[in-house]
Amino acid sequence: MASQATTAPRAADPFVRAGPKPKLAVWKFASCDGCQLTLLDCEEELLAVTGQIDVAYFLEASSATVEGPYDVSLVEGSITTAHDVHRIREIRDQSGKLVVIGACATAGGIQALRNFAGPDGGPDVSAFANAVYAHPEFLEALPTSTPISEHVFVDFELRGCPIDKHQLLEVVSATLAGRKPQVPNYSVCLECKRRGAVCVMVAGGQACLGPATQAGCGALCPSFSRGCYGCFGPMEDPNMPALGERFAELGVDADGWLRALRTYNAYAGPFRKEAASVERRRS
Amino acid sequence: MSNAVGPDPGAAAPSAATRRIDVEALARVEGEGALHVRIVGDTLEHVALRIYEPPRLFEGFLRGRHYTEPPDITARICGICPVAYQMSACHALEAACGVTVDGALRELRRLLYCGEWIESHALHVYMLHAPDFLGYPSGIHLAQDHRETVELGLRLKKVGNDVMVVLGGREIHPINVRLGGFYRLPRLSELRALREPLLRAREDALATVKWVAGFDFPDVEADRVFVSLSHPSEYPLNEGRLVSSRGLDVPVSAFEDHIREEHVAHSTALHATVDGEPYMVGPMARYALNFDKLSPLAQEAAREAGLGPVVRNPFQSIVVRAVETVYACDEALRILDAYEPPDHAFVEVPPRAGRGHACTEAPRGTLYHRYTINAAGMVLDARIVPPTAQSQAVIEEDVRDVVRGHLDVPTDQLQHLCEQAVRNHDPCISCATHFLKLEVERR
Repeated sequence: MASQATTAPRAADPFVRAGPKPKLAVWKFASCDGCQLTLLDCEEELLAVTGQIDVAYFLEASSATVEGPYDVSLVEGSITTAHDVHRIREIRDQSGKLVVIGACATAGGIQALRNFAGPDGGPDVSAFANAVYAHPEFLEALPTSTPISEHVFVDFELRGCPIDKHQLLEVVSATLAGRKPQVPNYSVCLECKRRGAVCVMVAGGQACLGPATQAGCGALCPSFSRGCYGCFGPMEDPNMPALGERFAELGVDADGWLRALRTYNAYAGPFRKEAASVERRRS
Repeated sequence: MSNAVGPDPGAAAPSAATRRIDVEALARVEGEGALHVRIVGDTLEHVALRIYEPPRLFEGFLRGRHYTEPPDITARICGICPVAYQMSACHALEAACGVTVDGALRELRRLLYCGEWIESHALHVYMLHAPDFLGYPSGIHLAQDHRETVELGLRLKKVGNDVMVVLGGREIHPINVRLGGFYRLPRLSELRALREPLLRAREDALATVKWVAGFDFPDVEADRVFVSLSHPSEYPLNEGRLVSSRGLDVPVSAFEDHIREEHVAHSTALHATVDGEPYMVGPMARYALNFDKLSPLAQEAAREAGLGPVVRNPFQSIVVRAVETVYACDEALRILDAYEPPDHAFVEVPPRAGRGHACTEAPRGTLYHRYTINAAGMVLDARIVPPTAQSQAVIEEDVRDVVRGHLDVPTDQLQHLCEQAVRNHDPCISCATHFLKLEVERR
């Protein structure tokens, strides 16, 4: 079906392998499509990559599908229906490596706000559904939006809302080569320093989630004179209470701190725990 | 996921004359949708575009958020047209607060939107739609035989993304948009660096018009009601009145007085009507209602491609999309060349109790936002009507026309034509889903 690439592959090309081309599949659950679009946004690399990989299942891009099993599956989106729970297990069974991409797949996404919408702070989809639908009883949705790792074993979680395309290329090539992806787990602060950006919080007095947020964006918001809003989710073991105190000193009230924690990665451990502790203190 | 074709296995007494097309997972569209067609003998009995993507309930969780948040939050409805959501949200909330953003900041917003149009249209033309006309399952497969053509398309798409990176910080879910303008103004050196790529992109877009105009189009003529924004002096992006090909001409604040969503018995989703009639939004509607506002170069490209000022063949939407790409490049260059930096990156938008409405033109068509906020700036209520939901009834009409006109065609070919009829509209199902009433068809 697929012809060989027209140009001779370079020896250092991470996508060059001996033997048959590895099969890649791309799957979607509840999401905006932005993370799988990131693959198509690799304009300069796309044709080189697809010359070396058999894109066996990628419905957003192709109506040709190849049966599993697949060497690598990329999964976008969160689990929000009973059917999703069943489908992700089938996908896991068919996938050598399962890599989940983006805040929906790694943390439930913004739709995980339903996980805290009940009167007791627990899961409740009806509060939101009643606001949107004339007949919410038609809705076949779970009361929660959960990350893929709550349902099946995940080989790698790539953060971001959306993911960074350079990190995506690194993760795909590392996974195919059988090595650990080089994706940093330190905070956005380090990227900011490396970039030589002036601290928006210390010098600018702006609230910034950077000290608690995992790197990967290249300190994008601070480089645009804006505080980080945490779209890559919490770094490993952040000091959330200390950052909460800093926000308070900068004039952010408890509601504002809660909203900052509850956006695209609201269900991710450290953000979730800090928000729960803020709510406990208030009640 | 199987795409079943052939006799209806569920029928009690399957007749050889009953044909069913079930595309359980539509490819090369944004989001998850299915298409069901049932033909008995020579009669088309049933067509339904079924949206099964699970809803994410944005209007629900927008309640109680701060009025500064919807531009970032609603961007997450769609990774392909986040700027459309950011623009409609900003304009609606600024309207609620009684603030108008004009001058150079307005121009920069328009430039950002041009970037999204170029990116989204190039993606659809090259990667999602052209493969239909040339017999390939994807742009990636198309590249195996036509590498230079696809490379040109990807290069064009990249320039759109580059504009979004300079203005917005990144291509998907830009971070530099805020109420009143931007967090930081683009650097002049960054803007200057866009000029050469945009000049080449304009040439590439012109070549794209020529390329797609040469495709073989099924001979279809459909009389549809068109709806889009219209502005006295510009091809519409961020601003205008809501107009239709039936003479509607109202401010966007009257959107809900004229646009209604009704539950049609045969359908699994809400259908929108304008003053009681189904209608379509998107490139063909914008083009027909605003042809005279296109730049001279874009008008000339359309004429050379053989298009009149109104295009009624939905399969030719790919040519209209290419013409709009020429316009977006042309307009981006005009803005760059005339740009004088404003004094500040944004104007203040202090909150006040009120309600605000806005429509802007997403690549796929008119996107409506309405917000009610209180004096403290908390969102009390939000309503969003995305383009694909508005066009859904017409998409189904197009499928019906295709089936009726091709009843003698073998079922697998007919299925391909039906899928193509859906893709003609560049549907964005992730967008449509978040508000559609979901009703699962059980067999």
